[in-house]
Amino acid sequence: MEEIVSKPIDEITWREIEPGGVITEAGNARSYHTGSWRSLRPHYLEEKCIRCWRCYIMCPDAAISPDFTNNRMVWNYDYCKGCGICAYECPVDAIEVREEGE
Amino acid sequence: MPEESKKKILKPLKNFPLEEHIASGHRACQGCAEVLAVRHVLKAIGPEMVLAMATGCMEIISSPYPLTSWNVPWIHVAFENAAAVGSGVEAGLKALRRKGRVPDKEVTVVAMGGDGGTSDIGFQALSGMFERGHKMIYVCVDNEAYMNTGIQRSSSTPFGASTTTSPAGKMSPSGQNTSKKDMPGIAAAHNIPYVATACPSYYSDLMKKVAKAKEADGPAYLHILSVCPTGWRIPPEKAIEYGQLAVDTGIFPLYEVDHGVWKMSRKPKQLKPVADYLKGQGRYRHLDETLIAVIQKGVDEKWERLLKMTEMTGPATSEQPAQEE
Repeated sequence: MEEIVSKPIDEITWREIEPGGVITEAGNARSYHTGSWRSLRPHYLEEKCIRCWRCYIMCPDAAISPDFTNNRMVWNYDYCKGCGICAYECPVDAIEVREEGE
Repeated sequence: MPEESKKKILKPLKNFPLEEHIASGHRACQGCAEVLAVRHVLKAIGPEMVLAMATGCMEIISSPYPLTSWNVPWIHVAFENAAAVGSGVEAGLKALRRKGRVPDKEVTVVAMGGDGGTSDIGFQALSGMFERGHKMIYVCVDNEAYMNTGIQRSSSTPFGASTTTSPAGKMSPSGQNTSKKDMPGIAAAHNIPYVATACPSYYSDLMKKVAKAKEADGPAYLHILSVCPTGWRIPPEKAIEYGQLAVDTGIFPLYEVDHGVWKMSRKPKQLKPVADYLKGQGRYRHLDETLIAVIQKGVDEKWERLLKMTEMTGPATSEQPAQEE
């Protein structure tokens, strides 16, 4: 993924604001890591997983991605908010939710 | 197990592109099915699109200045005029294409609003868009109240739901005491080419409908039920389950109206009792047996009417809708 070039809000001066408040960099919200909201952490049990993609499809944060070379799903904990949908929707209980820091 | 070893290879998904058009890092609540619905819709449309969005949850969570989650051209407009701005974008693109100022390629114009931006505030702009016949898609992501300002009732809030402006109590035992506005029905009454209801819990159905809406020869309206764990007061992990329950109990039937022909997209053999859906939701916690019976009666009547509509308008030898997911 490309590097984010936009400055954070506290570093922007009024002179740098585009007319109309236009944001010129697409998808720069990636620089904001919602993973810090998380109190529950999903753990992936690779041996139980049947590779059905349901967790990937149902993740509201698009924090799960496939890793074709290693034949597994990968969680991006920078963005995962710990809603637990992946674990709850998993048909074979291959995702376990544990307290953060446990 | 032998059949398990066959399944354990990660194969690329058909009909579900890997490209994300709404970037991670958006500020949606945990377990938000509305942003999930938007994710599915954008995946089904693809990158060649312009999106006009009314104020609402999706705008608030995706674009706190100077950040944006959108990887597609996106414009935020006021609460009431997403459909009008979308119409303008569509007409403008048509004119610019004719003059050769923009490349001659198909760009899908999408207007999107929440239930408040669609059924209350943006209603007349939406009706105007249907009437003028712009070739675009209007998507209503319906979470059944004004969630981003703190769960105030909208005209899309169903009977019996308790919100901060229709609280349940001694004076109003039901909470919200009017029933949900039938937006898909109103859209269908405009005689537009395509109207459909969908729910991200049934994502393949949703994405098929978006593809149909994209191909429609005029305005298309999609009404998407998006479960809001915060406003409905349910645990975030159950967002998908409640979407399925809403469909399977008949509270939110999935159907489409293609050029005046009504067709059920999902027809369970036996509808589940509405109590299955109502229980566990904090906004329905106050409901007693009598009120649940009232809701059940309303759902049954609506379901019957819908079946009659499909019989009345559908072809004589209609194919059976799929029973499974």
